[in-house]
Amino acid sequence: SSWWSHVEMGPPDPILGVTEAFKRDTNSKKMNLGVGAYRDDNGKPYVLNCVRKAEAMIASKKMDKEYLPIGGLADFTRASAELALGENNEVIKSGRYITVQGISGTGSLRIGANFLQRFFKASRDVYLPKPSWGNHTPIFRDAGMQLQAYRYYDPKTCSLDFSGAMDDISKIPEKSIILLHACAHNPTGVDPRQEQWKELAAVVKKRNLLVYFDMAYQGFASGDINRDAWAVRHFIEQGINIVLSQSFAKNMGLYGERAGAFTVICRDAEEAKRVESQLKILIRPMYSNPPVNGARIASMILNTPDLRKEWLVEVKGMADRIISMRNQLVSNLRKEGSSHNWQHITDQIGMFCFTGLKPEQVERLMREFSVYMTKDGRISVAGVSSGNVGYLAHAIHQVTK
Amino acid sequence: AYRTDEGQPWVLPVVKKVEQMIANNNSLNHEYLPILGLPEFRANASRIALGDDSPAIKENRIGSVQSLGGTGALRIGAEFLRRWYNGNNNTATPVYISAPSWENHNSVFLDAGFKDIRTYHYWDAAKRGLDLQGLLNDLENAPEFSIFILHACAHNPTGTDPSPEQWKQIAAVMKRRCLFPFFDSAYQGFASGSLDKDAWAVRYFVSEGFELFCAQSFSKNFGLYNERVGNLTIVGKDADNVQRVLSQMEKIVRTTWSNPPSQGARIVATTLSSPQLFDEWKGNVKTMADRVLLMRSELRSRLEALGTPGTWNHITEQIGMFSFTGLNPKQVEYMIKEKHIYLMASGRINMCGLTTKNLDYVAKSIHEAVTKIQ
Repeated sequence: SSWWSHVEMGPPDPILGVTEAFKRDTNSKKMNLGVGAYRDDNGKPYVLNCVRKAEAMIASKKMDKEYLPIGGLADFTRASAELALGENNEVIKSGRYITVQGISGTGSLRIGANFLQRFFKASRDVYLPKPSWGNHTPIFRDAGMQLQAYRYYDPKTCSLDFSGAMDDISKIPEKSIILLHACAHNPTGVDPRQEQWKELAAVVKKRNLLVYFDMAYQGFASGDINRDAWAVRHFIEQGINIVLSQSFAKNMGLYGERAGAFTVICRDAEEAKRVESQLKILIRPMYSNPPVNGARIASMILNTPDLRKEWLVEVKGMADRIISMRNQLVSNLRKEGSSHNWQHITDQIGMFCFTGLKPEQVERLMREFSVYMTKDGRISVAGVSSGNVGYLAHAIHQVTK
Repeated sequence: AYRTDEGQPWVLPVVKKVEQMIANNNSLNHEYLPILGLPEFRANASRIALGDDSPAIKENRIGSVQSLGGTGALRIGAEFLRRWYNGNNNTATPVYISAPSWENHNSVFLDAGFKDIRTYHYWDAAKRGLDLQGLLNDLENAPEFSIFILHACAHNPTGTDPSPEQWKQIAAVMKRRCLFPFFDSAYQGFASGSLDKDAWAVRYFVSEGFELFCAQSFSKNFGLYNERVGNLTIVGKDADNVQRVLSQMEKIVRTTWSNPPSQGARIVATTLSSPQLFDEWKGNVKTMADRVLLMRSELRSRLEALGTPGTWNHITEQIGMFSFTGLNPKQVEYMIKEKHIYLMASGRINMCGLTTKNLDYVAKSIHEAVTKIQ
């Protein structure tokens, strides 16, 4: 008999299931709108030019492969913090922060979750927006935290339920932890406007909540890195010492290289040193020290003026293509004669779009048109191209008219 | 980390070659790997540990999880065992770690949620060797189903490994008492210069029908330290059990790092799946192992020539990167303060730090420390 006889088969990953079904489909017009990675207008993965250049520069330096420090590559972590906060931010200048390299967004979130579990004794409760990225819940749960929710998405309008969010947040017990998506909310694409962020900051401050920002799409959402970081910087300006997780998977196309960072904003540089020491104690028994490749590439790009300029252009290019696809989808739906209000498709931002399609409609799209998306009606706009946006609009119109 | 005779880090020639191949391959991109890692890496990595002719591989009852170095493999394995090993909650299941061991072992299992971490006898300081009887006693007295962390070869920090006969005795008790073997294999090939020889213990346990975990690191034997290349090899009773185990491993990986880094895995997979590159790699590994073996024999012969009090055969009998010299803390302090030779308070030295240029100085310093300080 086996030690593992009682081990249950884990549930199949819902998003993976979409891709599996897509692969099996033989329809030449098939579309995979579940994919959470950017695609160019030919539907192909896109390796940024600045990434290729950075790789060539790195190769020419012939560096060794010695272990990184536990907290990661210093040039990378410093540049990440400056990217998020702005290099002239008082926090950066005073050194009252610590940034450690994490295994992309997931790993950074996990380090933060474990850190809070160990050192944030005031509460075990983490409040997520409804809905949130599917992996947030198990990450915090595995770290030993409890999950709660605040209203966020309004399915009736396919946009932000701002009054619902404010109402719920104003009732969150003091000193709880609240997670906010800095920009390009995943999965809905619905972001607060700057005026709404101001009110959110005020209520969060009033409730004395610990704010955990997840920023996985800086630059990728609006095309402007400073605009996408506005909420993060506003909260800090309001005196809220946030914790922050960053990912370079999408905005630099470094998905499989796992480049990310976790930041804690502290009272002062001395506190930051103590926090750093504890973060290292958490990281060491997880994987000892982080992988170098993605961090080196990101660091080279952020710290080399020409490459950084080129990167800003390329990330804007990706964001612009997404925005263009949103516009074309809506105009094509109108052309098809759809009488529905599809404004949310262009109001929403980032890689994902909550179409508002119901499960039965999603099912029909799959069966009749070979268009694949997750059951909640979420599409990855990255999977749309000028070549297939017409077909997509046609298919959506057929199942919604 | 390994150092050349010039005291420098060494990027393996085969690694340089393969990295160039990867850089020139325009069909490659930076897309996400699957959650469990690069398939070609996983299969090849486990094959290296278990052997080409492994019955477990033939019977399709092995699984692999690409991990962030050996540490990551240990952690994923530990998280799985805590959730699923003997019932659904193993926080109270005893985990036995050798005395001494790599200091991070303790933290890995603690942070994975195990509350009862114990030591098993291993190093006999008096005779400077393996305390086999103590070890076997601990196996006999351990609660049934306890988990034992075993060093596959080149025990860190003592450099002292059980002989094949001793491994057989260990395995016999573990089988009888239903103890779970969790191997830590961080030095395969690097220890003796032979991949097969360094994997003997793991393969023996497999041949004895054990279900086991083996955390593999490619940091040392590929010199890929900062790329974080590791693999958790799972050997189960049959394919069905292994499939279910892997599905739960995916859930654990998903909340830890989602999917592993691609660069290091690509280098290893490319190397291991090409007969020519594989041979080249084995040559590079032997180069490293041979240099360490040479430093061991040179150090020992110098100490014996100097007539340094005590016996020094343990220097060549021990294996791998580290050696427990037998120097006591006061002697170590002398080495550090007076001779500027840095070693651990335990008397552990990193053999990779020795070079043809410093052998004489180190030998003389040890001689001084031992004769001047009791």
